[in-house]
Amino acid sequence: MTSITDSPKGGFHPRQLIYDTRYRSLTIQVVTFVLVVVAIWQLGSNLMVNLANLGQEPNFSFLNQRAGYDIGSGFGTAVTGYTSASSHLTAAYVGILNTLLVAFMGIVLATIIGVLAGVLRLSKNWLVSRLMAVYVEGFRNVPLLLWIVLIYAVMTEATPTPRDFRVDDAGVAQAYMVFDAVAITNRGVYIPGPVWGANSGILVAIFVLSLIGAFAYRRYAKKLLFDTGRLLPLVWPAIAIAFVPVILFYFLLGRPVGLDYPELGGFNFSGGLQISNPLVALWLALSLYTGAFITEIVRAGILSVAKGQSEAAEALGMRANRTMSLIILPQAMRVIIPPLTSQYLNLTKNSSLAIAVGYADVRATLGGISLNQTGRALECMLLLGLFYLALSLVISFVMNVFDNSMKLKER
Amino acid sequence: MSDTDSEVTNAYFREAMLEQQAPPVTETGAVKWLRENLFPTWLNAIMTVVALYVIWFILSHIGPWFLNGIWDAGSLSECRAIRDETMGPDASAACFAVIADRWEQLTFGFYPRSAYWRPTLAFVIMLAGLAPVLFGSIPRGWLTFSAVSPFIIFFLLWGGSIWVPVFIAMGFVLGAVAARLLGGVNQIAAVAGAIVVPILYWAFVAIPLAEVVHDLIPIGIRAIPSSDFGGFMLSVVIGMAAIILSLPLGIVLALARASDLFLVNKLAITFIEIIRGVPLIVWLFTASLLLNYFLPPGTNFDLTLRVIIMVTLFSAAYIAEVVRGGLAAVPKGQYEGADSLGLDYWQSMRLIVLPQALKISIPGIVNTFIGLFKDTTLVVFIGLLDPLGLTNSIRASTDWNGIYWELYVFIGLMFFIACYAMGRYSMYLERKLQRENR
Repeated sequence: MTSITDSPKGGFHPRQLIYDTRYRSLTIQVVTFVLVVVAIWQLGSNLMVNLANLGQEPNFSFLNQRAGYDIGSGFGTAVTGYTSASSHLTAAYVGILNTLLVAFMGIVLATIIGVLAGVLRLSKNWLVSRLMAVYVEGFRNVPLLLWIVLIYAVMTEATPTPRDFRVDDAGVAQAYMVFDAVAITNRGVYIPGPVWGANSGILVAIFVLSLIGAFAYRRYAKKLLFDTGRLLPLVWPAIAIAFVPVILFYFLLGRPVGLDYPELGGFNFSGGLQISNPLVALWLALSLYTGAFITEIVRAGILSVAKGQSEAAEALGMRANRTMSLIILPQAMRVIIPPLTSQYLNLTKNSSLAIAVGYADVRATLGGISLNQTGRALECMLLLGLFYLALSLVISFVMNVFDNSMKLKER
Repeated sequence: MSDTDSEVTNAYFREAMLEQQAPPVTETGAVKWLRENLFPTWLNAIMTVVALYVIWFILSHIGPWFLNGIWDAGSLSECRAIRDETMGPDASAACFAVIADRWEQLTFGFYPRSAYWRPTLAFVIMLAGLAPVLFGSIPRGWLTFSAVSPFIIFFLLWGGSIWVPVFIAMGFVLGAVAARLLGGVNQIAAVAGAIVVPILYWAFVAIPLAEVVHDLIPIGIRAIPSSDFGGFMLSVVIGMAAIILSLPLGIVLALARASDLFLVNKLAITFIEIIRGVPLIVWLFTASLLLNYFLPPGTNFDLTLRVIIMVTLFSAAYIAEVVRGGLAAVPKGQYEGADSLGLDYWQSMRLIVLPQALKISIPGIVNTFIGLFKDTTLVVFIGLLDPLGLTNSIRASTDWNGIYWELYVFIGLMFFIACYAMGRYSMYLERKLQRENR
């Protein structure tokens, strides 16, 4: 489109709008603009006419009205203190928190599964690499929705009831807790919950500080390595800095944080933390499904590093783990991060499949019950769409920052 | 030394060749393979054992259940009775009888039983129409059949008057004729004619004309509304329609996004990002709840059609991103080479850039299609009866109340076969298109 054209002699002729490359792009854009404006105007006027016929006009004041429905207990309700007397806005907020929770948990677990399986898939061990191939193909080629309902059915149909944990007269129970701490039942998974005593704030502060300290040490050690070539041990001191002060102060402060174990009382477990089965099913299905895709991404990333790189590292006398962490991974990361970002985005968007198991995510509160109760379909869907759009943009932004820090810095 | 060689008989020299011996047992055959592939190091040996345990664990749970499967029973309780009788109450046995009993429903939904031959024939025609597109070894003449097959399939599935698909197909012919006639006058006019004439024809002429002709020559089969569609048939209808429609749309979007024209570029980016930033399920709810608000008052059209449009737009946005990657990967010299040959924009795209860009994007495009086909299961949430939706209605009957695994396994297997085949095809295509210029 950048070809040189003879400058026209004489005046402007309308024909130039189409045949002269200098004006043609302008013509095309003006035509496109007019078409788009007409289309949007048409849709907008249809909308106004339709809403007027229904006697409605776009109005967001319903958000402040009393919601009047209950949301099952969970992370969102616990944080906001939601009751049926709260507003629709609070209900939407509960949903948003629940979506963020399952998306975050899913991203963490999917990454762990994906990286592990991706490395194992490249293992020279025939059996292990085949097993991972079966995992990947099995999960990638079956709809996520099916995995969600299947795992949910496992959680609700194939797990013992709380009553099965009761020890009978002969001293035998039909089901046992894992490590005496975790009970997997058809009413949810019960795990020990933390009990925050006095001074526990100090302990948390110390932990945060020592984490920062550990990162500072790693940075310092790396800088020393690149500046002077002196190699300090990286792993053990960092772990020590992160955990020794906390453990020390834990006992010095008189064990301020305890664990509350779930206990069978009556017909149900009490104490501890209850993770509802919808959340568990959604979380596991999202993680396993996305993990299968991440496996392939990690595998492709590691394979994309030229063989000469690891051979050169060997020639320099580097040990295997150091070759991996200093030579292969930094280069593989550049290939891995962009598709990994889109997998994180997919997982976050797929969390809206919570509808299949009745998990109270934002689609279920704002885009579900609130929508049905108020009849404000347009407003609810608009807010829902904007929320997901904003979340996607935030995740892309964070991953882009990470990607830029990993980019090849050419000097 | 050399002159005494032959005379000296030295005890250190061997005079006869050694018998050839078999290699050590650890270096051949199965033992070698086991040592190298399963137990080369301690860590690997542990991993092998763990893997064996995992496999045994899964097989020991699923194996007996699957092998003991009961295929011949009328209800779940009958299944259990048979199991108790033959294997004892503690045995685990699948009740595949539900699939034998309800496979027709899972395949066709509530399509009338007497008309099952129509979707079956349509499926065969679809495969026959796809074959020349997918495999280059089939004579090119068959592509004509591929072009006609969507109209035959439409007629077979929805039924009604044969003249509707005929006169709709005529629109394409009219477009081609208009382009040919106006091509003599002016190229721009030809393009405009090829677009405007069919649209005007479809909007105002096609359907009334079909009705008039149908009154004169009534040929047709029983009309079946798409609300009766269901099961795998519905998944395939939505999936195939969206795949066929979204590929050209996605390519156009990708070209728009890679365009130098500021406005076109920004519009494309806005469209793609908005579509991709929001989950499909929200778009499907938009299609079922909101679309009517944006249409002229009084219009109301088929939910299945609305879903097809939404899924098409959705996957077109994803394909646009994949193709954009392909466009970016074509070396700049190719664009410049096309310009230097004096090709105009469409010629250079069609002849030089897109063939290379699409070749690079094949894996991504096929992955998008696989994702699209799997996502057709989401239509259950807006009330269409895809296979997963039908499991609920099967479970609602008293005969099969409480049956889960058998249905899920069957549906999963069907989707697995379809998606795995698509993945294999993409690998085959990649190999075929690979040039020896590496």
